[in-house]
Amino acid sequence: MVRRLSDLTAVLRAQGTRVGVGELLGAVRCLREVDCSSREEVRLALRTVLCSARADLERFELAFTAVYGDERAGLERDDPLAQLGQIERAVMPRVGIADPRGGDAAPDAEAVPAAWSEVELLREKDFARYTDDEMALARELIARLARRHPTRLSRRTRATRRRAEVPDLRRTVHASLRTGGEPLHRRWREPTRRPRQLVLVCDVSGSMAPYARMLMQYMHASVAARRRVEAFAFGTRLTRITQELAGRDHDHALERAAAAVTDFSGGTRIGAAIAELNRAHGRRIGRGAVIVILSDGWDRGDPEQLDAEMARLRRAAHRLVWLNPLAAHPDYQPLARGMQAAVPHTDRLLAGNSLASLEQLASIMEEM
Amino acid sequence: MQLESVQGASDALAAQGYLADRQLAMAVHLAAVLEQPLLLEGEAGVGKTEVARALAAATGARLIRLQCHEGIDLHHAVYDWDYARQLLALRAAEGGVDEGELFSRRFLLRRPLLDAVEADPELPVVLLIDEIDRADDEFEAFLLEFLSDFAVTIPELGTIAARRRPIVLLTSNRTRELHDALKRRCLYHWIDYPSPERERQIVAARLPGVPEEIATRVVAAVARLREHGDLYKLPGVGETIVWARALLALGDEASLEETLGVALKVHEDVLRVLERGVLEGV
Repeated sequence: MVRRLSDLTAVLRAQGTRVGVGELLGAVRCLREVDCSSREEVRLALRTVLCSARADLERFELAFTAVYGDERAGLERDDPLAQLGQIERAVMPRVGIADPRGGDAAPDAEAVPAAWSEVELLREKDFARYTDDEMALARELIARLARRHPTRLSRRTRATRRRAEVPDLRRTVHASLRTGGEPLHRRWREPTRRPRQLVLVCDVSGSMAPYARMLMQYMHASVAARRRVEAFAFGTRLTRITQELAGRDHDHALERAAAAVTDFSGGTRIGAAIAELNRAHGRRIGRGAVIVILSDGWDRGDPEQLDAEMARLRRAAHRLVWLNPLAAHPDYQPLARGMQAAVPHTDRLLAGNSLASLEQLASIMEEM
Repeated sequence: MQLESVQGASDALAAQGYLADRQLAMAVHLAAVLEQPLLLEGEAGVGKTEVARALAAATGARLIRLQCHEGIDLHHAVYDWDYARQLLALRAAEGGVDEGELFSRRFLLRRPLLDAVEADPELPVVLLIDEIDRADDEFEAFLLEFLSDFAVTIPELGTIAARRRPIVLLTSNRTRELHDALKRRCLYHWIDYPSPERERQIVAARLPGVPEEIATRVVAAVARLREHGDLYKLPGVGETIVWARALLALGDEASLEETLGVALKVHEDVLRVLERGVLEGV
């Protein structure tokens, strides 16, 4: 029992959940209290002890299945997952570890990325060629990517053990009470990190239609995952869809957003949309945001206006990233008028046509 | 008291040079009689902070202002201990100070919210919590609790409750959406740009003795700029007043276009207005 438990904690740690010795001891104690022959009871008990955040729950389920096996393995398959094809199944999260009953060594952290490599097929696939089933499957991966976000240093501080810049007088006074009023042990505070404001602006005009659905999924996941995100959609005009996209219910959110955007699959006037962003929403965006524009740059508007508005946006932003699905092509050159005007003002030009490129975006944002 | 009717509130503010429209007077009146905080939102420079100042002057109340900023916490807003003096006292007494004495009122630094809670019940207080949107979620959550019971707890001293509820005004520039729970606790009023007619009255009230033609001209120019619709930052009422003062100081040689920098603070905006001759004929 203990070996399985340590396998489970190893998998959890490899996935990034914090499981300390305290949790492990707690888990052993709680397993004594429940009926260990019932898989369900063990699962629920361990879940209570080992998870400490909502995000942990999902990871726990994966790890639990990996270690304790899939209860549905032997049952009649009438669940929708069984109907999926090979490629689709490849995307299902799997954790590569040795047979836990084999009892060799605890699985090492390296095993996890190796298992993820099975996802490679879907990762690199262009969103435009996704089937409906694949879209549903990619949802979870997208939600995972959306949780990775840019941060910045806050002016709030927290107590730290390290020697830092800001003296912690409160704790220093308390400590000096123990040394006869002599402040022998100095205490310090360090700044905390906060999520940086993220602004997502998605082109939903006709030429972007194949990508808009997946990118909207990404926007929804970003808005649902945290605060300090603003989402906009534009074709010929700009619509703020942050509130429509809020809420955990995926389908409802996307329906609401689609209803709010009146110019789906129409023409594009990027310059006018950015102008609206600069004027009507300038305060909302504020200064120091990471702004991500998702568009192929096919613009029927005035390139001069786009140039001026992008310059303005760039000055207010911390970083400006442009995702252009066309840029995925190795020979891509920003020749479209819109892109020519916009590229000089962007910090990064990424593809944004596949899970892999969204992953790239997530890593870049984390570094910002 | 004057705030017991809408007209009374309107008159009281007007007596202090603040011309409020009927909705704002209503909001202020309700905030006073219902003893509920009033959340004011609006573009920059429409006079949100000014409401609190005029209200305090009109009711003879003390204005206590908490300016919110990024990273504001309990120790900026409610209280802190004077650690430097505590350390000195500790060393002077060579350790012979007990903890109770160290965390007594002698070493307590009172910040605006504690000030408001401990205010003399005979003297009314207007508490202004300015630019709440700059604070973070955690502080907003604390404020929510504070506004519901007007009490603060200092672990070393216990709980201190207000003996009289102050009138509370909150302002927000809407750089972010406030939490629904906080909004629900407050009355809400959106301050819009005033009509040209009212703005002229405001200029006259704030700058007694300004010639009628200067006031009219400036108000017309500001209205043109706001209507233009293609500017990044629109001039507020504050800018109108400063512009009128600028023209007054310059006398006869005053030109609107030369003094445009008083009203517009974005370079592109100034260029655009000059290029397109927006102010021609004013």
